Amino acid sequence: MKYLHLVWAALFRRKTRTVFTLLSVLAAFLLFGLLDSVRSAFAAAGQSVAGVDRLVTVSKISFIVSLPKSLYGRIQLVPGVRQLTYANWFGGIYQDPKNFFANEAIAGNFLDLYPEWQLPDDERKAFRNTRTGAIVGRSLADKYHWKLGDKIPLQATIFPQKGGSNTWTFDIVGIYRVTNPKLKAQEEALFFNWDYFDEARQFGTGTVGWYILKVADPAQADRIAAAVDALSVNSDHETKTQTEQAFRVAFVSQFADIGLIVGAIMGAVFFTLVLLTGNTMAQAVRERISEIAILKTIGFSNHSVLGLVLAESVLLLLLGGAVGLAVAGVVVEAVRTAMGPAIPMAPVGGATWVRGAALMLGIGLVVGAVPASRGMRLRIVDALANR
Amino acid sequence: MRHWLVKIGNAAAAAVIIIAALGILALSPWWLLILLLAGLAAWLAGTRPGRQAWSVARVGVATIPQRLPSSSVVVFGIAGVVGVLVALLAMGAGFEATLKQSGSDDTVIVMRGGAQTELNSVLDHDTAVVISQAQQIKKNDHGDPIASAELVVVASLPKKSNGLDANVEIRGVGDRAWDVRPNVRIIDGRRFTPGLRELIVGKGARGQFASLDVGSTLKLNGQLWTVVGVFDSGDTNNSDVWGDSDIVASTYRRGSSTTSVTVRLTDAAAFDAFKAALASDPRLKVDVKTTRAYYNEQSENLTRLIRILGTTVAAIMAVGAMFGALNTMYAAVAARAREIATLRAIGFRGGPVVVAVLLETMLLAVLGGALGAFVAWALFDNYTASTLGSNFSQVVFAFHVSPALLWNGLKWALAIGFVGGLFPAIRAARQPVTVGLREL
Repeated sequence: MKYLHLVWAALFRRKTRTVFTLLSVLAAFLLFGLLDSVRSAFAAAGQSVAGVDRLVTVSKISFIVSLPKSLYGRIQLVPGVRQLTYANWFGGIYQDPKNFFANEAIAGNFLDLYPEWQLPDDERKAFRNTRTGAIVGRSLADKYHWKLGDKIPLQATIFPQKGGSNTWTFDIVGIYRVTNPKLKAQEEALFFNWDYFDEARQFGTGTVGWYILKVADPAQADRIAAAVDALSVNSDHETKTQTEQAFRVAFVSQFADIGLIVGAIMGAVFFTLVLLTGNTMAQAVRERISEIAILKTIGFSNHSVLGLVLAESVLLLLLGGAVGLAVAGVVVEAVRTAMGPAIPMAPVGGATWVRGAALMLGIGLVVGAVPASRGMRLRIVDALANR
Repeated sequence: MRHWLVKIGNAAAAAVIIIAALGILALSPWWLLILLLAGLAAWLAGTRPGRQAWSVARVGVATIPQRLPSSSVVVFGIAGVVGVLVALLAMGAGFEATLKQSGSDDTVIVMRGGAQTELNSVLDHDTAVVISQAQQIKKNDHGDPIASAELVVVASLPKKSNGLDANVEIRGVGDRAWDVRPNVRIIDGRRFTPGLRELIVGKGARGQFASLDVGSTLKLNGQLWTVVGVFDSGDTNNSDVWGDSDIVASTYRRGSSTTSVTVRLTDAAAFDAFKAALASDPRLKVDVKTTRAYYNEQSENLTRLIRILGTTVAAIMAVGAMFGALNTMYAAVAARAREIATLRAIGFRGGPVVVAVLLETMLLAVLGGALGAFVAWALFDNYTASTLGSNFSQVVFAFHVSPALLWNGLKWALAIGFVGGLFPAIRAARQPVTVGLREL
């Protein structure tokens, strides 16, 4: 620590060059922060933090195929199943196909299994008592300026009503919140009563999209899943039961291998960054050969010189990287407030900072290694004689 | 005070020049750049300052090997930017091309009103029959209308890459499907036999999913299906698995309903009449789109997303690389300060020196751009990937590194080189001769 002044002075010996290099480092870590935010968002979509005790039962053929409602009574009897509910994808469109958000018909007890969604008691009661009632997430309500009492028409894409009409109108009776920031994206949805849906739809009456099971003991999840699937084995509606988390991971991975794309980009970025800062450090040491020789002459050991140069390159990376990540944090926040939580970007949090800091340290040591060892091995006589 | 005003004025002038130059570069077609290049060559060869610039540039280029590590920073930095840009844009271009090739103006897809995608749509048997009786539909050699009623469903199968379940589109088809899509050819095995539980798989689907090779069996709802052939259509149908529509319908308990009817019109101009005929029929409530419009809509969102993403990532990387180039060229100019001062002392003007340094940087930048574009092409041209399409199933597509993309990458390289070289060049030209001569 006592040499910080010396390292600092050496770093800013040539201001222009150091500032340009810092800006390059900044750009690299800005990109790292942004991409890591996207990657984390996709990873978080695959993990439902609050839902370790929930299982999802869907048709084994694929989750678009519906299951008979008669399974309800039989699944409920499987030992270890504490609560059971069901839902159906609706896929309605609000005004324009571009305004995509999830909308589903849910059974009366659905919200009991999702304690992470907070809905005031009176609104919950209103939802239960209003046949055409719907609840929406706070973010979604803000996005379209909906408030309690509004009537929202959705255009059906899959389920026309019995008369052939495609327009379903719902009354907003509740607005729920999700306080866990990692699950904020779940506020982008609209839910309405399954009973109304089942009664009014043209076809498919008596079937449900998927079942959600709450199990008493998550450690028993595998056994329970196998027992549920055994109920329908060899029937014409075989099921596949898995944890909500496994279901989400599989679904998200269908979009793209985000990890691979982000990894490949960051590989290219950091490869060029190593070259760039490595060149700067090499130049910096080359220019200072005689200074280093003087340091050694007045008693600095070989290892102190090694440490000084390494500290300089690590400091360079830490300075640029920290500012870059901070800028990334600001940009991500700005994008999230502008576009809402639907944009797949997680806030730049502690985990990203830890990964970023490890990268800064690692790259700092790598690019400092060659110049530092050159400084260490320097012979005073040769260096002072400019040989 | 005046000192500051001059500085601000200089900075503003530089910004205007840079923005103008980048704008010209970004918007200009290739022939304009060729023209500029020809003009530059003529200036270098034909005029006195041009010849001066040429000789200074030659010395600069000749000394690049002595400054190899720092010069390679420019090359590799720009190669990284161009490589990432080209690879990302090639992903978007490949997806777009796959979907766009699938559509044409004389084939039309009919779905239930409001359905948006085939998967959402349901048409009962009577509706499908009424649609196929429209007069504007072309007849095949046997005199039957070329109208294919198809049933699109999805099945969940493990992917080769990670073993996780993903959706594959299963398309139940009849005889007419081959007439509507004459580009579909069997490349391995044979066609499925109507009435049997046999499947043929698209080339793309076979590549992405485990257990879709000829001869393998898969279980759908407790029934065993055999894969008997592989087909190649060159478009998005390559992501499909095809089977007999009646048998697929019975497996998925769809009765006699289908999801869409695709027809071939007598010619593209008949579309309006066809659409009007269906709209005026009180028995029908359907949406009618040319397949070109249908597939264009599907590719729009993702393609735009990738374009924004690719440009943003490349722009941030470009800023980083630009500072790298600035560092390198400042160092190069500093190392040659004495030589440049000598040239100026014996009568070379500032302009040729600026041009020479710029030429040297742009040369390094073009090398880097070409390297990055080449690596992106070598690694990613025809690289296959898949994503979730609008039918809730995997759409397989190949990255497409087109000449236009390579050219685009090269333009970025030139832009980075221009900005990275301009300021060092100006410094070289403006340094007082006396100071330069004293430099060690």
